Amino acid sequence: MNEQAPAIELKGISKAFGPVQANKDISIRVMPGTIHGIIGENGAGKSTLMSILYGFYKADAGAVFISGQKTAIPDSQAAIAAGIGMVFQHFKLVENFTVLENVVLGAESGARLGPSLAKARKELTQLAADYELNVDPDALIENIGVGMQQRVEILKALYRQADILILDEPTGVLTPAEADHLFRILEGLKAQGKTIILITHKLREIMEVTDTVSVMRRGEMTATVKTSETSPAELAELMVGRKVLLRVDKVPAQPKDMVLEVDNLEVIDDKGVKRLKGISLNVRAGEILGIAGVSGNGQSELLEVLGGIQSATGRVKLNGQDIDLTGKHSDGRSRRKRGIAHVPEDRQREGLIMDFKAWENVAFGYHHEEEYNAGLLMDQAAIKDDAAGKFTRFDVRPDNPMLEAKNFSGGNQQKIVLAREIERNPDLLLVGQPTRGVDIGAIEFIHQRIVELRDAGKAILLVSVELEEILSLSDRIAVIFDGQMMGEKLPNDTDEKELGLMMAGMTKEPDGPVHEAVEAQLAHVDGEAK
Amino acid sequence: MQTMPKWADIVLIPVINLLLAFIISGFVILAIGEDPIAAVGLMVEGALGSSYGWGFTLYYATNFIFTGLAVAVAFHAALFNIGGEGQAALGGLGVALVCLMIPWPHWTVALVAASVGATLFGALWAIIPAYLQAKRGSHVVITTIMFNFIAAALLNYVLVNILRPKGTMDPASAKFAEATHLPTISDMLNAVGIPFAARTPANITLIIALLACVAVYYLIWRTKLGYQIRAFGKSQAAAKYAGISSVKIIMVTMAISGGLAGLMAINNVMGEAERLVLNSVEGAGFIGIAVALMGRSHPFGVLLASILFGFLYQGGAELALWTTIPRDLVVVIQALVILFTGALDGMVRAPVERVFLMMRKKEA
Repeated sequence: MNEQAPAIELKGISKAFGPVQANKDISIRVMPGTIHGIIGENGAGKSTLMSILYGFYKADAGAVFISGQKTAIPDSQAAIAAGIGMVFQHFKLVENFTVLENVVLGAESGARLGPSLAKARKELTQLAADYELNVDPDALIENIGVGMQQRVEILKALYRQADILILDEPTGVLTPAEADHLFRILEGLKAQGKTIILITHKLREIMEVTDTVSVMRRGEMTATVKTSETSPAELAELMVGRKVLLRVDKVPAQPKDMVLEVDNLEVIDDKGVKRLKGISLNVRAGEILGIAGVSGNGQSELLEVLGGIQSATGRVKLNGQDIDLTGKHSDGRSRRKRGIAHVPEDRQREGLIMDFKAWENVAFGYHHEEEYNAGLLMDQAAIKDDAAGKFTRFDVRPDNPMLEAKNFSGGNQQKIVLAREIERNPDLLLVGQPTRGVDIGAIEFIHQRIVELRDAGKAILLVSVELEEILSLSDRIAVIFDGQMMGEKLPNDTDEKELGLMMAGMTKEPDGPVHEAVEAQLAHVDGEAK
Repeated sequence: MQTMPKWADIVLIPVINLLLAFIISGFVILAIGEDPIAAVGLMVEGALGSSYGWGFTLYYATNFIFTGLAVAVAFHAALFNIGGEGQAALGGLGVALVCLMIPWPHWTVALVAASVGATLFGALWAIIPAYLQAKRGSHVVITTIMFNFIAAALLNYVLVNILRPKGTMDPASAKFAEATHLPTISDMLNAVGIPFAARTPANITLIIALLACVAVYYLIWRTKLGYQIRAFGKSQAAAKYAGISSVKIIMVTMAISGGLAGLMAINNVMGEAERLVLNSVEGAGFIGIAVALMGRSHPFGVLLASILFGFLYQGGAELALWTTIPRDLVVVIQALVILFTGALDGMVRAPVERVFLMMRKKEA
């Protein structure tokens, strides 16, 4: 079709880890000057494929062609030499170095740093002008926001003369506005003839910026289509292999008694920085309150305080009774006794012990419960029994609680945590990032379970950085920015744009038709936010 | 994804590590002009070739089981207790006080009381660093090392100024009364008609050590406390989420660890020396670290590793006795074993894993 050689072409790439076939006979052609999306569920093999391209893994079979030339990529040096640049999901920057120092790091010439830095400064200015990538070269990484940090990563790749830029889940940490800016930068790069590969699990991004899109499922490339000729629904189906609900099916909430009342909560971290600046909110039985916000604005601290992990000042009441925020009864165990269950934001660091067997994790946090103990010893048979039941009811795969937690995929790990917390039948469920790193099929299941718990008359506090999730699950939405509540919205009365503005700290004038009850509840919060 | 079967992890890798250590030791022996094959023969013969040799090997092994378990228990909570040496020394003080202060009617009662004394003193010596770690953030690695020196100085003072009988020049306590003397393995086996060399130090404490292995297994893998210790050791963030108190786990784990190290004293002080002497621990506290590393912090592994190190100790003594190979060389061999089983474990692990991956691929 096109006479030009593809910027990058993979032919028959296969890679197995033991019995797991992570990539199976994958072939793609990416034409120069295009943005090519790769979409797929977690564990579909996207990251493995990119790691092969960047020289982290060696493919078992297949070949890589760059601009028509067969190229071996044994390590990342070779990838850089071949003009491939990679922007990782988790930035690889030295926090206490300046932007300039980070860009030069690993590409210094000669023993003396001075000349390299001077040269880099000149090039950086040029790159910034060419691609609208404005960053202060002398700012310390720790002092600039994540959006800026990402730009530094892109600059690093461009400084190394990358023609092909691979971005792995680049918008995970960005606000919608920052993401839009990133897409503009990508468009600019494309206009300059760079080739971009965008790995993501967000359909919206694929539809917005890519020219072509490849869908991966279980290690195989199931389709490559022109973005203009497809739809989100079709892509979702290709990813999962069946039709999925993108919106949650739920009846209107029927809020009952007040369960959680939070008043003027303040948290100061070890560095003396105020992370929560007087948060007030409440959640009733039978409703889901969603907290929207860019990560790092205090929502983690809010969950930690309520979950008993972090101490705080202020007042929290559960079912009308005060909760200890600093003293002896301020720990996870006491919270569980009071009927608060907690699905933490980071299931791998907090929610599960990755090296424990899955069945051991089923008792985690509830290991004091009588049903799990028999005299001096823990009742292993009872725990295993319980685990088997939970695995069946929550459709955890593989259905084998004897495996270690780390052997499950993200979605299935999350199901283990959810099963443990939801089946305690708590009065209040705290849920942080319920579907982060979870594949679409499991997202649907997890959302249904959360709604079911709501319909059973329980209060749910949901924290998520995915606006789509907040919008589809919540009965009310509160926006948090810089440790303060920016206001509250009803999901039907708002959209991603408005919430995005609020998440970025821009309060909307209170002219919109806010629900009366919400207005009354939030009168003083709004006052503080201004 | 399991890259290799469990048996390879537990058995194959330590064995390869050991072989490598022994091969290099062989070259060292060759370099000083001795015959390595003959040296190995002599060590095996001296340590395992007779009940006399076994009597010593098992005595040393008993010491190492206690200190090894002590380090292993702490490892499960991600605590590195390097203070076994000092805790065992304090355990010795506990044993000496119990044995000297009360006229015991029979060794059985004395053994129970001395065990309690040893455990308490050892635990106490570990609880102080534990408190400093839990409440003040002083790292136990640093504080337990320092406490080894404090323990040595303390015992020096106590032996010279308090426990030394009047008129003697030896910084040691008085001999314990006859009624506190523990039966040796040889006494016990001869009583049931099995011949075993007399005048060997292995004693009934060996049985207590084996029981301690079983107890530690149950503690770590079957009790709620063990569950919490392991959870804390694997992920402190998760432990906090679950409401497991870090202060409690650090204090309790270190107390158990110190108690186990202290318990060693019923072997060397009560069972062997029958009085408290200066430097009674003789480095067993440090060997415990190697034993725990090699035994993968599992009681059964600790048992096997303890026997190995008991063999090295006894075989090494024989080597020094019958050849011109200096005793220091035995220390070199021990160091090589520690180096390979502990520090260089990863060197062997990666290639072995690759072999298993390749084998699996062929099967598939």
